[in-house]
Amino acid sequence: MPDILRGGAILLAVLAVAALPLLADGYWLSIAVTIMMYTALSTSWALFSGPTHYIALSTGAFYGIGGYLVATGMSDFGTSFWTMMAIAPFVAALLAGAIGIATLRLSGVYFVIFTLGLAEMIRNLVSWVQNNFLGSKGLYVLTELEERHIYWMLLAVTLAVFLFGWRLGRSRMGFALRILGNDEEVARHVGIDTARTKVLLFMTTGFFAALVGAIVAPRYYYIEPNVVFSPELSFLVVIMALLGGTRRLYGPLLGVIPFTLLWEVVSASFPSATTMVLGLAFLLIVYLIPDGVTGLIGKLRKRSVP
Amino acid sequence: MIPGETILEVRGLTKRFGGLIAVNDLSFDVREHEVMGVIGPNGSGKSTTINLISGALRATSGSVSLEGHDLTAVRPHETARLGISRTFQLVRILPALSVLENAVAGAVFGHKRRWGRKADVFATDLLERVGLADKVAVPVSALTYIDQKRLELARALAGEPEVLLLDEWLAGLNPSELQVGIDLISSLRAEGRTVILVEHVMDAIRSLCDRCVVMNSGKKIAEGTPAEVLSDPHVIEAYLGDA
Repeated sequence: MPDILRGGAILLAVLAVAALPLLADGYWLSIAVTIMMYTALSTSWALFSGPTHYIALSTGAFYGIGGYLVATGMSDFGTSFWTMMAIAPFVAALLAGAIGIATLRLSGVYFVIFTLGLAEMIRNLVSWVQNNFLGSKGLYVLTELEERHIYWMLLAVTLAVFLFGWRLGRSRMGFALRILGNDEEVARHVGIDTARTKVLLFMTTGFFAALVGAIVAPRYYYIEPNVVFSPELSFLVVIMALLGGTRRLYGPLLGVIPFTLLWEVVSASFPSATTMVLGLAFLLIVYLIPDGVTGLIGKLRKRSVP
Repeated sequence: MIPGETILEVRGLTKRFGGLIAVNDLSFDVREHEVMGVIGPNGSGKSTTINLISGALRATSGSVSLEGHDLTAVRPHETARLGISRTFQLVRILPALSVLENAVAGAVFGHKRRWGRKADVFATDLLERVGLADKVAVPVSALTYIDQKRLELARALAGEPEVLLLDEWLAGLNPSELQVGIDLISSLRAEGRTVILVEHVMDAIRSLCDRCVVMNSGKKIAEGTPAEVLSDPHVIEAYLGDA
């Protein structure tokens, strides 16, 4: 019975969230789209980086691949938005697989630096190819899609990420990830193919990030590789996930909502201070709430129960 | 139990670290249901041998085979799946997992695989078997040293390995714990498990091992029953130095 109630409550909540564009438009809808986008990105990021502690700063690269492929496909090759949206995630997943095989042997800080450097390299490489070989004309993403359509598509992706994460948490692979996050040596010796597990999960996060990037592309209208392959986005995704906490599936969501609102205010009122706020937020979160909001709630709850 | 057929074959196993030869042309057989001791002074290459058999290190030359499967170039997770489980010289517990999950971890991906309720039941039985029945609900951080060792043993047993590698499992136990530990391994032997035991504790070797290999400076200097090897003049010399 409680399961049915819980399922009903989740269904109602999803319906309420889906109904939002009927109530809000303009400014608030655009904030809701941003929240939905970061929820999908942070949650899928946390599926890999949460249990394994491999902090990937490459979300922007995969997101950029999604946006860029849609743009170049539509502008340079005359393909439809839908075709490119369907192709982009697979391209990103393949790339993530290649990166994974090359880098996941690296540990700790080397992995972080490598993913950051790699994202920058992809950004510059794509810009270079675009400027020299493809586009003298700009990359336009002109679709009939309105903000609310993008919102609904992102909601569908977010739900897919949550469903995937929920299934993963109950699967052998999810268990394998937790073990290898605790001790990779032990993981190998109990029979876990750690390399394969990590690569597959990394590919999944790449897949979702590119899908989000593709869906969001029509919001930009005009796409420039330098903008869409955004290192800032990579950091934002990490900060939001850490703020919410990565130990629960819904953790990142609790970081995304407040941080998106804060980010809106900062970008509007103090546009020159965004980088500083980013750095400050990073420091504060890591020092004060290393396990995020959900970790903090868990701790307080434990303390209140004698 | 009477030892059966040869199950694990080590042939000419050699491991170099730069100029240092940690294991030098080592050969021995392990038979089914047998407890084989690997002993020797510090730095004689015992742990390296365990690491080579479990796949943690790759041999420079020579071979290890388990029931006809060549393990020499095989990665650790495949070694585990083929039926070799191990414990670690410095005990390695999974700190963020529960006691039960720590044991289940050994049951899900290893040699004989279980999942879900079956794995939980099997792991719970093993926890009982190693003497942790009343610690299932305790956080792993609160386990005593011997209980951590027990938990690691349960994890290693959970995949129902063909061969169990215990790397100084008794090291660091106090005298009363030591007897408990020896009794526990002795009961594994009574069950007919095949065990390779790296050990310093002489009492344990005498009472547990069917046969021993004695190593010194990476080489095998003696092999036989504990009584034989411990009276061997080469072995005495290796431990005590020239008289």
